[in-house]
This record gives sequence, C-alpha cells and structure tokens, in this order.
Amino acid sequence: MVGASAAGLAAVETLRREGYEGTLTLIGDEPYHPYDRPPLSKQILGGQWEPDRVPLRAPADLDALGLELRLGVAATGLDLAGRTVALADGSRVPYDGLVIATGVRPRRLPGDGGERAHVLRTLDDALALRDRLGAGRRLAVVGAGFLGAEAAAVARGLGAEVTLLEPAPVPLAPAVGERVGRMLAQAHHDHGVDLRTGVAVAEVADGGVRLTDGTLFEADEVLVAIGSVPNTDWLEGSGLTLGDGLECDEYSAAAPGVYGAGDVARWHNPLFGTAMRIEHRTNATEQGMAVARNLLRPDERRPFAPVPYFWSDQYDVRIQAHGYLRGHEEVAVVEGEPEERKFLAVYRSGDRVAGVLAVGMPPKAVRTWRQAVATRAAWRDAVGELLPEGA
Amino acid sequence: MSGESSSEGSGASSGEGKGVTMRVEVDVPKCVASGQCVMIAPDVFDQREEDGIVVLLDEQPAPELHADVRESAVVCPAAAIRVIEK
Repeated sequence: MVGASAAGLAAVETLRREGYEGTLTLIGDEPYHPYDRPPLSKQILGGQWEPDRVPLRAPADLDALGLELRLGVAATGLDLAGRTVALADGSRVPYDGLVIATGVRPRRLPGDGGERAHVLRTLDDALALRDRLGAGRRLAVVGAGFLGAEAAAVARGLGAEVTLLEPAPVPLAPAVGERVGRMLAQAHHDHGVDLRTGVAVAEVADGGVRLTDGTLFEADEVLVAIGSVPNTDWLEGSGLTLGDGLECDEYSAAAPGVYGAGDVARWHNPLFGTAMRIEHRTNATEQGMAVARNLLRPDERRPFAPVPYFWSDQYDVRIQAHGYLRGHEEVAVVEGEPEERKFLAVYRSGDRVAGVLAVGMPPKAVRTWRQAVATRAAWRDAVGELLPEGA
Repeated sequence: MSGESSSEGSGASSGEGKGVTMRVEVDVPKCVASGQCVMIAPDVFDQREEDGIVVLLDEQPAPELHADVRESAVVCPAAAIRVIEK
C-alpha cells in the first residue's frame, strides 16, 4: 500500500476486515499516522482544532490492524516484473498485490520558495500558514477554487485582509455553474474579501505577487491554490500508463494485481460512462475499499461506479454536491434561490441527471435528487416535469 | 438501484452472527451533514431536518446491521462515526 492517507487507510482496513491475514505494508512520505485533510483548510487553519483532532484512527485502532508502517519515507520507484517498490531510504518492499494511493501535490508558481509563500495540502502547510495569519495581515490567495475560497473565508474570520485573485470571470463556474459561482462571489464580497476576477498571477515576488501584466500586488503572505498535480513521478518508466494521474480501468486496476485509489487515480466510472479523477475526501475512502475488495477477490471483481460527493464550507454557506458536475451542459435551480443561499440545483450531461448541489436544503430533498443521479434518471423525466417551461 | 456505487450495500461479510456486540458513537461537532451514513444504514442513522447533522437512532444496532454500520463509519467523510465492537 503506497500512500498513507484516506485511500490507503481504507484499503488496509478493508483487507483486514474482510479476512486478509498476510503482511500489509503501509508506506507514506509524511511522518504522521493517516490524518484527515478537509479540516486543514477549515478548523485547523481557523484555530478551532488542534492537530490532535485530525488523525483518522485512534492509535489503538491502527495498532489492531497489524501493519508494517513505513512512514516518513517516500516511494521512489516500482519494478512491476520483480514486484517490488523502491523507497527513498534505499530499501525495497516486495508485494503480491499493490495499491497506489500517492495522492496529489499542489501546483506551484515561479518564485514561491520564499517564506511568505504557502501552499495548503499537508498538516505542516496548514500550521505554517496559521502561524502567519492574524488581524491586519495582508493575505493574497491565488486561485478561487474550493481550497482557495475556503482558506480565504477562514483567514477573513481571523481578521486578515484577504484578496482572492482569480483568472476566470466567475469563480468555480466550470465546477458548479455560473449562477452558483456568482452566489459564492457575493458571499466573499459580503464578508469583506476582495475578490478580483480576470486577474492572472505570474509569480510570487518580493513584497507580494507579480501579475501577468507586470503589476506588483502587495501582500504579507501568499497562498498559492491553483490546483494540484498527481504524484506519479515515482512511476515514470515503470510501464504503468500515466496521463492525468495513474490510468486505471473500470475496476480501478492499472495492471494485473496493481490498483489505483484516491486523488492520484484516473479510472473509468461506468455509471457516468467516462474517465474521471476525483480529488474528494469520500472518493478516497470508497475507492480504497473498492480496490481492496477487488484485490482480495479477483474472481468476483466489481467495477467502481460511485456517485462522487463533496462538500465545501465558506462562511455560513455549506455546499453539498453529489454526482459528476464537471463538464455539465445545463444547470436548473429546482428549489429555492441561490441569491438567498438556500437552494437546490441539478446538473445535466447529455440527456441525464449528472449531479445535484444544495445549500441549506432539507436532507431528504438532497437524498432524493442524489438517487436520481445514482439511477442516471432521464433529465426530461426528472426536471422537465418540475419546470414545464423549460426554465 | 442498478449502477449504484460498488461501496454501498455490499457490506463486509465478516463478524456477523458471532455474538459480537457493537456500540456506535458519533462526534456531532465533526459531522458535515453528507448523509452518507443514512444512505447506507438508515435504521441506525438519520439527519436533522434543519441542517442535516447526524442523529444516532440506535446506539447498539442488531448484528444484521453491523456490516452496514461499519461501512458507514469508514465512508463518513468527516470521520465522525466510531464503532466499538466487543
């Protein structure tokens, strides 16, 4: 098991729970026991939680799994024919079955090596940024995706002067649609975050960030949140197919006996009929469980066909989304109004319901629409009847 | 339910019917209202109507529910469910 975060943990737990009694080695490049990442940009950055709340399992529960833990040492190479993983300390770990769950790392900007520049992926990243924030500190967040937006909201709550710099005209439009994106933009304005759209950053510079038009935008701290890069470098030359992540089939297999799970894995999701790579917390767990079962019972393998789920907290807005919203062709608000921050929107791809996104709605309504996604309900049947004018 | 996620309703097969007792704990402040637990184990978990936060219906679920409860605990995106088995 290479990767000791949510996907790797789910895989080893599933293997043990379902009867695997052999050696299980869990390899991770961070020195910590598996921990939870979503709170990093929320409760940890905001100081409501200390690091002792993020471990995914109590030490006793982890001990009970009987793992060979190799933490703080990165995997550096894979020998598919010889069935061994090479580690940074020069050792080699042999395997019969392999799960690759090495996640992603933040995409960087030129010049971001200095003290004022931050990224937010690990516990150490979150604590370093938290130490430098506070009332009156000027924070520039580069990128108004979910991570940047959540961090901006939290930093604002700490009293920092926050500017969000986003190249697109509407933040998150490809992910959630323009109307929901505009609602989120308004939430930032309402809370005193200076959201600047259509602004592209070239590099982190002395005194702030340099925009592509050459202007220096001044800031004390800079958070670079411009997406991530799958950690597949160590697999170069291994013979596995690498593209946008580790390429896997519908069983999430990359080669016989080799599976990918979590943020690093791009696999064919038969429910949506398309290849996807999902950087969401829930997917890491579900995919870790699924590949463990496929590894354990090769004769009863099942395609990995989940309804992806994510949530995001920004100020008092909690977004819940089920399905595959990216690449949607149409959005319909079927209940409430985004402007009132209480609504339910559904997303169409082709002639099917592809996703649902809700803010402040009763859970039963969300679950009902989630079921429409899970059954790939026809858009005309599900939405057409609700909106006879085709609004 | 065709095409449903492979991780739902396909609960683990071990540990059932062996006289194992199970106790469930939820860390309510951690809950993010995803509803994943309700979809997997609706007899054990529910959600508050106003904000979707978890409601524990059954602290000591019957053995036939154990596999689904374990699945809920693992899938919970907030790691807010703890299962203690004796």
